[in-house]
Amino acid sequence: MQHDEVIWQVINHNHCSFKAKTQTQNFCRNSYNVTGLCNRSSCPLANSRYATIREHDGVLYLYMKSIERAHAPKDLWERVKLSKNYGKALELIDKHLEYWPKFLVHKNKQRLTKMTQYLIRMRKLTLKAREKIVTVPAKQVKRETRREAKAEVAAVLDKAIEKELLQRLRSGTYGDIYNFPVKEYEKVLAMEDMEAADEEEEDVEEEEAEVEYVEGYEMEEEDDIEDIPTISTRSQLDNNSNDDDGGDLNEELKAQHTQFRKKYIANRDSLALEDGKGAKRRKRQPHVEIEYEEEYEKAARSAVF
Amino acid sequence: MGKRKRLEEEDGHKPLAGDILPSQIKNKQKRSEASAKVKLEKKKAKKQRIESRNKAEKQAFELGEIPLPRKIPRTIENTREVDETIAQPDDDELHADDGADEFSAHFRREHTPKLLITACQKCFSRTRKFIRELLNIIPNAHYYKRGSYTLKQIVKYAKNREFTSLIVVHENQREPNDLLIVSLPEGPTAHFRLSNLVLSKEIKNHGRATRHLPELILNNFTTRLGHRIGRLLASIFPQDPNFHGRRAVTFHNQRDFIFFRHHRYIFESKELKEQSSKPLSKTDAVAPKKKLTAAKQAVIARLQECGPRFTLKLTSLQNGTFNSKYGEYEWIHKPDMDTSRRRFFL
Repeated sequence: MQHDEVIWQVINHNHCSFKAKTQTQNFCRNSYNVTGLCNRSSCPLANSRYATIREHDGVLYLYMKSIERAHAPKDLWERVKLSKNYGKALELIDKHLEYWPKFLVHKNKQRLTKMTQYLIRMRKLTLKAREKIVTVPAKQVKRETRREAKAEVAAVLDKAIEKELLQRLRSGTYGDIYNFPVKEYEKVLAMEDMEAADEEEEDVEEEEAEVEYVEGYEMEEEDDIEDIPTISTRSQLDNNSNDDDGGDLNEELKAQHTQFRKKYIANRDSLALEDGKGAKRRKRQPHVEIEYEEEYEKAARSAVF
Repeated sequence: MGKRKRLEEEDGHKPLAGDILPSQIKNKQKRSEASAKVKLEKKKAKKQRIESRNKAEKQAFELGEIPLPRKIPRTIENTREVDETIAQPDDDELHADDGADEFSAHFRREHTPKLLITACQKCFSRTRKFIRELLNIIPNAHYYKRGSYTLKQIVKYAKNREFTSLIVVHENQREPNDLLIVSLPEGPTAHFRLSNLVLSKEIKNHGRATRHLPELILNNFTTRLGHRIGRLLASIFPQDPNFHGRRAVTFHNQRDFIFFRHHRYIFESKELKEQSSKPLSKTDAVAPKKKLTAAKQAVIARLQECGPRFTLKLTSLQNGTFNSKYGEYEWIHKPDMDTSRRRFFL
């Protein structure tokens, strides 16, 4: 029944489902093969006396089969658990394969060495922290890039940075490094204003006065004929008349109006800086913020002087 | 359908039965012609609207009335979902937290920041270039090859040598895409997604930064979490910048994206033209010379970018130093947080 030579003839010349053919040599896929090669001496099927080592969950076992048990496939393989200690395991192999062919003893010992080494390596690798590669949904990536681009536009980074730097300069973070003594500068400006304001002062105040009390219709006129020297008396007259029939303008509205008027003037002036013409400047938005402040401060100072 | 209806209402005329939308025309040439026409009309209408508004405002001013308030455009920023953790300047709890957190020692100037920069195990040239630029930007930063060390080993090593922060750059397909900032010795660990990296060389007209200590600009870190991230980023840089260097490093948060920029700046006074609020004839008559001397000057800051520029997005913030397995997360970004585009966390 068990005839090794016949089996090997079939395997070698016809077909073996465990055989893996390559260009240079043939390998064996049978899990009981001790070398992994396909040849007569290491074929687990064509040898009625055979020994190998297998691993179950990190434990090594020595497997042996003999011709006496060939009729009972259930009990064909005899299994011996090998020690975790490499030396002891070698001794066990020597003990169990004492009178076996030297080839099998040698190949089993080689296999034991190889397997103990890979088990050690496996244990080491599982303990080691490793980088884990994760996938990111392409849709999410696309959405993020889109939102990022929009956020960058909304951030107006250069403006934000410039604003922050100027704010630091103004709050005195930089100490005396820079020759932009903002406060002193404004003071000098105010002085110059004062000198110049000997003549101007009146009309500045007039403007203030206008702002306070004059009704809209007259204001418009006055804007045009401001340079007429008699204006002060006129506006005062207007004030009086306004005060007389001041019932129609209640206080709140007046305050709001002055506020708006101030804002409008500031706006218009800063726009007027762009160039000499005044007509279509409304369209262009003012873009230098400092101007407003200076405008207000200047106005306030000159009012004090 | 709804859009069409609205269009009709705005135009104030009812379409004929055969009236069709440009998108319904099948001939491409005709369709584009029709849509161009519609676009032009819309543009015209808008222009007219603005003109009439300006006119009304002017008129209102002349009549001494208050004009209708202008509409404020709705942006994502001003329609942001309300976040109760947005820090107020008078928040005592926040100040107390600041005094006791991991960065307080840095802000009390108890130590100068010392930084260890490393990358993933196998990094390519672009990542190396990026790290080189980081070394130029961040004072007292040292690059160490990653070798085969694990992050925990590196953290331990850095702690022993009194580094105060650790930065790890990861890459994907030869492009840096991930940044890990670990504050040492106690944490926290922030994990950022890095995108849109532009190295200095790729920036047109880029400047060269000097070795002065840069000053730091942190913008818009408003919430509790944002505040913490801001402090983490600030703790990388030394406390006392050298203002003579005129270097500014910016972390600007907008919609949870943290934009990094590096600039040189200079303050300049820019002469503004004469303010002609008063009629010219009068100023001419009074004192033209004095007027000239009193020409307004404004201080402006001119910027030159030094690079690199990149964007960070926070993915997680972990208590303590790096521990991906057993670490406690203070905040972690989850996909269900992305359900609203008006919800921001920083």
